[in-house]
Amino acid sequence: MSSPDAEIWPLAVFTLMVLVLVITMLLMSWLLGQRRREDATNEPFESGIVSVGNSQIRISVEFYLVAIFFVIFDLETVFIFAWAVAFFELGWHGYIAMLIFIGVLTVALVYEWRNGALDWGSKVRVGLKEAQTLEAQQATHL
Amino acid sequence: MVEWTPVLLALGILLGGVAGAAILTWWERRLLGFWQDRHGPNRIGPWGIGLVVADMIKLLLKDDWVPPFADRAVFIFAPTAIVVSMMMGFAVVPFAPDMQIVDLNIGLLFFLGMTSLAVYSVLLGGLASNNKYALLGGLRSASQMVSYEVFMGLSLMGVVMMSGSFSLVDIVAAQSDVWFCFSQVLGLLVFVVAGIAESHRLPFDLPEAEHELTAGFHTEYGGMKFAMFMLGEYLGLMLISCMIVTLFFGGWMGPDLLNEWLPPIIWFAIKIFFVINFFILLRAAIPRPRYDQLMSLGWKIMLPITLFNLVVTGGVLLWIEETV
Repeated sequence: MSSPDAEIWPLAVFTLMVLVLVITMLLMSWLLGQRRREDATNEPFESGIVSVGNSQIRISVEFYLVAIFFVIFDLETVFIFAWAVAFFELGWHGYIAMLIFIGVLTVALVYEWRNGALDWGSKVRVGLKEAQTLEAQQATHL
Repeated sequence: MVEWTPVLLALGILLGGVAGAAILTWWERRLLGFWQDRHGPNRIGPWGIGLVVADMIKLLLKDDWVPPFADRAVFIFAPTAIVVSMMMGFAVVPFAPDMQIVDLNIGLLFFLGMTSLAVYSVLLGGLASNNKYALLGGLRSASQMVSYEVFMGLSLMGVVMMSGSFSLVDIVAAQSDVWFCFSQVLGLLVFVVAGIAESHRLPFDLPEAEHELTAGFHTEYGGMKFAMFMLGEYLGLMLISCMIVTLFFGGWMGPDLLNEWLPPIIWFAIKIFFVINFFILLRAAIPRPRYDQLMSLGWKIMLPITLFNLVVTGGVLLWIEETV
């Protein structure tokens, strides 16, 4: 069966072949491709509308949130990987430890869920109502 | 003394991968045509199969254009990354007994690592194009792939627990009695969904949803570089199918009674064929979800199912171990 010293050189050969394939594809199209330049060739394609500004635009904050969740959860999955491969050796002891670990993970997930962090688009912000009533009170005082 | 079989096998996988992806583009359109009650490509050659060659020639002769507003080096690097990473994934697939490029003891992790690297391709392609649609497509696909990756690995841990190894050869061997698709139904379900999302095929192709983003991250790509993105996508489809068959459907082993009828590689090919057709059927049958629906499906349904599957599998396995 598989051992740490399994022959690894075929992998190196395969990697080399893949790289050669990719470079050949790029070179062939560079050699064979036609060259044409017209009025609109060098403009960005945005559905036929002339492009305005550049693409350094504001991005929804959800993308950053997902990136952070990924870091949190993917790091935790690595521990589960290590447990799964040694599952029978660890027995009930390891199972219960892992239950606690998955429990903590679930608590984090539920917290994010309740917080609205997993929802996209319009958010019901925590404390928004209180802030609005406070604002209304201040407005009547003035 | 150098053995030549692995080199021949490597060459075979390389050519088979490229040819397979090319033929799949035609086969998929034919099947979609069949299911949607129209013809599909049927003009060139018998059943239109000559279209594969025509497409290749056309893509090769297209302008090899790099936009002057793009980041040149990254723009060229992006499509190569997806082809290389998906191709490398095939290195650990056991096509038949002793028919595998390398039997790593971390084979499964190698596969997961290679599919994760594909995210760089779409993200960098979107960023380097300096086009608003491309940027949006790149970002979408990055967070989609990253979200689904979390439980893609986790969904396979049930299989790892039952076989006690990350090596794909051991995993296939552990299925000699019962295939894992029966005991790991939830794992299989989650892995299929994650696999579609990871190779961003329809219905989860929101990164390139053409009705809102023209073509998403590869809007500015043309000719061979565009073809390399497509090649990467079809390679990804084949790789995921190989993995589903290896991990859940007994790999190269046929059903018990019929096992002797056909050589292992043929069994493997038959299973792959069915899984790929299933993926194409999904494309024909299911409409594309909205992006927020896609993300909540991942985090709110798939992730809890995966954790549940882990806990139950662990408990049941230990209980069986103790009673038997």
